[in-house]
Amino acid sequence: MESQFIRADMIEATEFPHLVQRYGVFGVPRTVINEESSVEGAVPEEKLLSEITRAVKKAV
Amino acid sequence: MLQEREKKLATEIFKELKNPVKLVNFTQELECQFCRETRQLLEEVAELSDKVSLEVYNFQLDKQKVEAYQVDKIPASVIEGEKDYGIRYYGAPFGYEFASLLTDIADVSKGESNLKPETKDDLKKIDQKVHLQVFATPT
Repeated sequence: MESQFIRADMIEATEFPHLVQRYGVFGVPRTVINEESSVEGAVPEEKLLSEITRAVKKAV
Repeated sequence: MLQEREKKLATEIFKELKNPVKLVNFTQELECQFCRETRQLLEEVAELSDKVSLEVYNFQLDKQKVEAYQVDKIPASVIEGEKDYGIRYYGAPFGYEFASLLTDIADVSKGESNLKPETKDDLKKIDQKVHLQVFATPT
């Protein structure tokens, strides 16, 4: 909501097993960022923010 | 579909609603179990506040809407406010997901998230597309 560049999908893991398999989701919640990196667990917003920032930098 | 306590929770959270929110649901003609349950759940949610409305589209037939909202699987639920913030729920939002759905509706209605001011500042600096996919289960 705070950035027009960020979109977020909430995915019900049990209904989409092929995605669970594709991203190697072994525990929930798990947040996949831009197909490549991911964060496991309900992390504090600072942690998620730093992972997002890192993913963006990597893409440059 | 909704239990009494879920309705109570929704009514409580919906007291915060400010601007209208549109829920956009994608399903199909021969509804899968979760497609049907998602649509029913959203119908009941929309009934709980006159600020919440629901539009239902056919994932196979309403190609323009599928394209416009960029949904790639069903059941899909979009929470749209003054604009489309890019929030999508895939699958039936039960359990914990239901509570998240309600808070998201409230946030979208207010046009503001509950993030810390410094987090918001940092997010505003992002100038490339980011796609977050959060995997969750109802329990």
